[in-house]
Amino acid sequence: MLIHTTHGDLEESTLRKVEGALDSDHEHTTWVEYYLGDELVHRSAHVTLKQWPEGLTGVAERIG
Amino acid sequence: MVNRVLRVFRQSLDGLLYANSQSMCSQFKVDILNGLHAFGSSVIRAGTTKDSYKAALYLVSASRGAGDTVYDVTGEVSGANYTAGGVAVTTGTAPTLDGTTAIFTPSASIVYTNVTLATAFDAMLLYNDTSATKLAVAVFTFGSQTVTAGTFTLTMPANAAATALIRIA
Repeated sequence: MLIHTTHGDLEESTLRKVEGALDSDHEHTTWVEYYLGDELVHRSAHVTLKQWPEGLTGVAERIG
Repeated sequence: MVNRVLRVFRQSLDGLLYANSQSMCSQFKVDILNGLHAFGSSVIRAGTTKDSYKAALYLVSASRGAGDTVYDVTGEVSGANYTAGGVAVTTGTAPTLDGTTAIFTPSASIVYTNVTLATAFDAMLLYNDTSATKLAVAVFTFGSQTVTAGTFTLTMPANAAATALIRIA
């Protein structure tokens, strides 16, 4: 599989892949990084929002 | 005696059946989201079509928040393939009610494709791109991120009373 990087499209097998995730009440986030040697050449992130912002809580409480 | 008991019973029953309750009408909350009320000065709208909305990203060092009134380029991210002002938001599902809460959530993920955003960002401003002044709607924050020759995706929460992106309870 080809990965789009700062050096153009590179074969995934030539890269080192690092993945991470964060889960909280506010969001669920995952990210993937690809390194060519020690150089970061690709990073994507995916944030899933779980809650509306606190500011709107105040609005809701005042209106409701 | 029997008549008196029946009268008291009737009054009690009426109290159960015909009680007024102080409340904000649920549909009013949806109508607010649809721009159908104007207690103050409003704007002349060109038609009845819905407005277009955009989502812009902001650096960790920015100060976006409740005080924002319009889209502001100050502190917005910049980088390869990111256009100032952000990307369009898909509004395929109209505001509705979940119980007595008016809710709205974009109907698709917000995606910034093949961008490089080297300076950390942690906020998205949702704003009205149809309005002349680009009126602000809300600021959503998340954990600090960077993107390198990649894609940043914001997936929406469930469109329900407890989770919708915009809700008036």
